[in-house]
Amino acid sequence: MFDNPDLLKAVFGRLTLESFPYHEPILVGTFAMVALGGLALVGLLTYYRLWGYLWREWFTSIDHKRIGIMYMILGIVMLLRGFADAIMMRLQQAMAFGGSEGYLPAHHYDQVFTAHGVIMIFFVAMPLVTGLMNFVVPLQIGARDVSFPFLNNFSFWMTTAGAILVMMSLFVGEFAKTGWLAYPPLSNIGYSPDVGVDYYIWALQIAGIGTLLSGVNLVATIVKMRAPGMTMMKLPVFTWTALCTNVLIVAAFPVLTAVLALLSLDRYVGTNFFTNDFGGNPMMYVNLIWIWGHPEVYILILPAFGIFSEVTSTFSGKRLFGYTSMVYATVVITILAYLVWLHHFFTMGSGASVNSFFGITTMIISIPTGAKIFNWLFTMYRGRIRFELPMMWTIAFMLTFVIGGMTGVLLAVPPADFVLHNSLFLVAHFHNVIIGGVLFGLFAGISYWFPKAFGFKLDPFWGKMSFWFWVIGFYFAFMPLYVLGLMGVTRRLRVFNDPSLQIWFVIAAFGAVLIAVGILSFLIQIYVSIRNREKLADLTGDPWDGRTLEWSTSSPPPAYNFAFTPVVHDLDAWHDMKRRGYTRPLEGFKAIHMPSNTGTGIILAVLSIIFGFAMIWYIWWLAAASFIALLAVTIGHTFNYKRDFHIPAEDVVRTEGERTALLAGVAR
Amino acid sequence: MSSPASAVHGDGAAPTFYLVDEHDHAEGGSTMFGFWIYLMSDCLIFAVLFATYGVLGSNYAAGPSPKDLFDLPLVALNTSMLLFSSITYGFAMLTMDKGRIAATQGWLAVTGLFGLAFLGIELYEFAHMIHEGATPQRSAFLSSFFTLVGTHGLHVTVGLVWLVTLMIQVKRYGLIQANKRRLMCLSLFWHFLDVIWIGVFTFVYLMGMLR
Repeated sequence: MFDNPDLLKAVFGRLTLESFPYHEPILVGTFAMVALGGLALVGLLTYYRLWGYLWREWFTSIDHKRIGIMYMILGIVMLLRGFADAIMMRLQQAMAFGGSEGYLPAHHYDQVFTAHGVIMIFFVAMPLVTGLMNFVVPLQIGARDVSFPFLNNFSFWMTTAGAILVMMSLFVGEFAKTGWLAYPPLSNIGYSPDVGVDYYIWALQIAGIGTLLSGVNLVATIVKMRAPGMTMMKLPVFTWTALCTNVLIVAAFPVLTAVLALLSLDRYVGTNFFTNDFGGNPMMYVNLIWIWGHPEVYILILPAFGIFSEVTSTFSGKRLFGYTSMVYATVVITILAYLVWLHHFFTMGSGASVNSFFGITTMIISIPTGAKIFNWLFTMYRGRIRFELPMMWTIAFMLTFVIGGMTGVLLAVPPADFVLHNSLFLVAHFHNVIIGGVLFGLFAGISYWFPKAFGFKLDPFWGKMSFWFWVIGFYFAFMPLYVLGLMGVTRRLRVFNDPSLQIWFVIAAFGAVLIAVGILSFLIQIYVSIRNREKLADLTGDPWDGRTLEWSTSSPPPAYNFAFTPVVHDLDAWHDMKRRGYTRPLEGFKAIHMPSNTGTGIILAVLSIIFGFAMIWYIWWLAAASFIALLAVTIGHTFNYKRDFHIPAEDVVRTEGERTALLAGVAR
Repeated sequence: MSSPASAVHGDGAAPTFYLVDEHDHAEGGSTMFGFWIYLMSDCLIFAVLFATYGVLGSNYAAGPSPKDLFDLPLVALNTSMLLFSSITYGFAMLTMDKGRIAATQGWLAVTGLFGLAFLGIELYEFAHMIHEGATPQRSAFLSSFFTLVGTHGLHVTVGLVWLVTLMIQVKRYGLIQANKRRLMCLSLFWHFLDVIWIGVFTFVYLMGMLR
């Protein structure tokens, strides 16, 4: 049977033994590490009999808090992978001088820089942002869950499915060698005939479904499920930014879905959307993908702005300065996000008028953003500032982000962009805003809300270690790239001729090593905090003297979040409650109506992985079978009408009684 | 922090800070709103396909152009099938409101048949074009034409599968609240496809003949 190529092809598509990179020592080594780590993890879980617990309490959970935490874990795990790619690139570029080829062959290096970008945006930044929104938003608006709890679980698993497909490409076949946006004609079948771009397409399509549905879900949640009294202008700022971000998701991700579908048609069916002949137009792809891509960066940064707003106001002990202007600035950025996409390719040659328009709209964005910076500064002004970890990240952000913003305005000038386009200056700019803005914001958010999620604070010493290594490492890693970019070095190069450039790359590599220590410190911080959780415990539920509703419930919050739905009278509702002598209700608890868990989400995600894998490798029978299974499970799920239950009043009484006892212990 | 609720504040009586007497929220309270948002996102997929057709629609690559291919009377017939299906879906919703299961099922079935007729005519049109050598691979115009019209057709197909599923569910569980909500969602979806088709009909077929 094995000598019949047609049969093999029918069964395995283009998957052959040669698809496994057993001849590449780096990959074999990585695989051995991942396999050993995976086996150890599976062994431990089995030994401690945790599978049942994980399945019942986490994997099938539709509790927005648990889903939020799972998103965060996914993001942190993928951060390690994305950073491994980063440090490989830094090492390669620091070595490949004076006739040295470095240590990465070209086809491998090209996959590394593509995977780095894809993973960091789609599977690190997006899950971390979505995870925080998932965890915090319902608590901040006084709701018991999101509007569509099952969809929430499904969204998470679809995102994870996309991440798993990207990880599979490491050991089965290869990833795209096209750069993170897969521009045609390079990404078309003629120039990229192998599976890399197909992995890219299917991973993003599957994860994209999750992102889109989670966007719909959170928009509906914020619009429909706010506590009584919480008018739009009494929404916490983080929830406002979450609303704008999810509106952007709903309005931008369909464009990505559509443009990737067109690229797949070009690759699978042979249509001529983005080809060089038969009337195709590759620049159409570039336009469309940036119509998604530019809003995408605001999808990431807006929630970070929200986090900084919450943190600044809490740790300055003041109401946020200029709440109204903050909301309007957020909305203006949301709208402008759609009017700037062409600045990513001024060099397309669309003419002076078009370039001017997009240059000006781009520069205008700095106005609402600048307003925000001033609002934070004025919030701190005459505030009683506590320099806890979240506040430190916020201040580092304000300094770093302003630099990134200014280089952004510089790039927005079309003539300057013609010189700097595709250079390391650009690479330095967007890392400056994504690390200095999004990532610093996420770290601020993680250390701010961690005690709410787990009931104990994060260890401050290792947190500060992580902070200083990250911040200093960032400056070492990316300031040299500004210099190199101004000297004309373009991005994605593997080897260099000019030996005078090497020192800058060595400094950048040193910065990457500092960041590695920062990441390590972060992991140690989590480990140490779990070990010392008794000492770091917070029993009050309000460790920072918070101002918004999430701090009014226990830490971690009960499954139902609030025993009684809160009624809101003022912005910063919890601060208002504390100020006006709110007393916690001790009796009169009722049964609470909640949605019940389901395994459908994870089943659909597994089937999607199989479907994606089959499509990537042209295993048509498996694609058809898994597609039919997907359809059957989806329809089958709609026949389940019993999707909710009541938490009995006795359970609520018991949970709330325990908290009363805890709080009494704190008061004593 | 634990001073009595009536102690101090500007506006007189102690405010209520929580709802003591709360009723269960109606199940699926945000479903219609959520579905609207989903439809708008779907609308954007069509927006991309329309834009692509707008840019590539006249790139014939020395191949056939709309005038060589489109058969307007056939398209008019097809359009009427879809429009009729929208009207009959409207009747299904009216009878659903009155709680008449058999009539609702009847109108749903009629809607499904009109939908099938629409798909049949579209497939016939596609087959005819491909037979004449106007395949999706022939030119960027044909790629974008087949994709735009085909995506709409795919949506109608999904709508049909959904329609059949709902008919089974109505038969099995009756016109309960959950089923009514689902029928409302499909109704939105079905009319939405109608609106998209008006765009396709005007922008692709009518304006194509003018090119």
